[in-house]
Amino acid sequence: MDSAASAARPATGLAIEARGLNLWYGKFQALRDVNLQIRRGIVTALIGPSGCGKSTFLRSCNRINERLGYVSTTGTIQVLGHDIYGPDVSPIQVRRQIGMVFQRPNPLPLSIRDNILFGMRIHREEALHRAEADAIVEKSLREVLLWDRVKDRLSKKATTLSLEEQQKLCIARLLPLRPEVLLMDEPCSALDPEATRAVEDLIWDLRGNYSILIVTHNMAQARRASDECVFMLLGRVIEHSRTEDMFVTPQKTETADYIEGRFG
Amino acid sequence: MSQDASTRRNAAATEFDRRDSSWWTDRIARTVVFAGGISAIVFIVGILLFIATQGLEFAATRLSWSEFFGSIAWRPNGHPAEYGALALIAGTASTTAIAMVIVVPLSIGAAIYIGEFARGKTREWLKILIELLAAIPSVVWGVIGLHVMGPLMTQAFGVPSGLNLLNAGIILGLMAAPIMTTIAEDALKAVPDTYREAAEALGATKWQVVFRVVLPHARPGLSAAVLLGVGRAFGETIAVLMASGHAINIPHSLFDPVRTLTATIAAELGETAEGDDHYQALFVLGMLLFVITFAINVTADSIVRGIRRKKA
Repeated sequence: MDSAASAARPATGLAIEARGLNLWYGKFQALRDVNLQIRRGIVTALIGPSGCGKSTFLRSCNRINERLGYVSTTGTIQVLGHDIYGPDVSPIQVRRQIGMVFQRPNPLPLSIRDNILFGMRIHREEALHRAEADAIVEKSLREVLLWDRVKDRLSKKATTLSLEEQQKLCIARLLPLRPEVLLMDEPCSALDPEATRAVEDLIWDLRGNYSILIVTHNMAQARRASDECVFMLLGRVIEHSRTEDMFVTPQKTETADYIEGRFG
Repeated sequence: MSQDASTRRNAAATEFDRRDSSWWTDRIARTVVFAGGISAIVFIVGILLFIATQGLEFAATRLSWSEFFGSIAWRPNGHPAEYGALALIAGTASTTAIAMVIVVPLSIGAAIYIGEFARGKTREWLKILIELLAAIPSVVWGVIGLHVMGPLMTQAFGVPSGLNLLNAGIILGLMAAPIMTTIAEDALKAVPDTYREAAEALGATKWQVVFRVVLPHARPGLSAAVLLGVGRAFGETIAVLMASGHAINIPHSLFDPVRTLTATIAAELGETAEGDDHYQALFVLGMLLFVITFAINVTADSIVRGIRRKKA
């Protein structure tokens, strides 16, 4: 199963592919015929004014928006070649393979160590050996450049960390599950400029190993920290191109207007 | 010129100390609300003093404490009268314990279902029904114990009397269920939804979220819920009087009849002459109940306070 999946991945070369995606919150239609191809191994930024559907699209990619209970969807999203809206697919298993980082850092009210191990613990049948667990914790925290700062207080509550550290921890706790795709919903909007830069740098470092889809309000951030950009407006995809192309020579007038700050 | 200025100043001054209707409303409302707030303290201190003084003379002089806590013989009309409360204490403790064994899993389970699993209409209906359960008068529960549970128990278990520890425990448990469920559900609701979302985004199942994130975080609130349920079961009188069999006895099985502190006071106070030893002894029982209930509530309260401090 695993080898078949990994064999299929290079063939498509796509992390996420949405086809004819429509989504309603009750009667309100938030996404309209979205067709998107998100490439593997790069950072793709979703930009657009508030309410344009960018967060909704992101939250459809791991079906977390279904928590609301009044969401209905038509069309498909394929993640790494698998239809995650297929009839037999369990959203739980989808979410194991796709990491998500939220707007406000949301570490669980557990120790730093237990936050990192949470994903492993809920997905593994057999118990985790202490040495193995220690190695996972160290590796994950090193990957987000947090190890040296927190290695002496791994048993402290994660909620005692600074916001920047919390957000990095929220990224680190995804890594033991080896997700291919990371979804990030305005991961820096609760952080100060310095912390924003630190987290941005981290996201940039993770690219290559992970396919990252990031929603941002911050035009400058999209410009400096993404390979490709998707501009959305009123639930539709208006433009999808390489970041430098979008910011230098936008194809659509709406995109140009938004980028230049004429609305939004 | 200067006179002008002073008149103007006076005019301004009268502007600022006008006693208009909203000033008076505020004043009166404040006084009424203050009286309401302070009355709780006045009543609790008043009741405490009343109970304490009614039993004080007897408790300080003629009551043997070793007999009170060590003997099971409660014979206020005997010659000589005996005041051993041990069986009554055991009766209250055992009925409360049985009630908790029955109701804690039930209530916490109900709270988890309502708070975490039920959706929309089901959830609203369940909440309303559970609150309605709290509106059933305790004498009705007593009748259920006496006329429904009692005969049922003699049939089902073949015991001589259906009025016993198990019967009283079940009735008390059901009576404590609404408050325990409601408070427990509040405790679950107080767990921020971002925790659930974070865990679900990591691929946790609904049950894993409840078991690994929600319950550990809500534990202090759940303990408070249990303690308030204990307080409810502990203080209940009429239903337990009707369902327990009301026999002075340290129970050795679930089917032994028992007698509680509260039921003893309710049943006997009418027979006493105000101020005699029996009357005063009943007030000593009341004092004991008061102290234990107070301790339970203070513990529950400090747990809840602890939660708030941790959050801040």
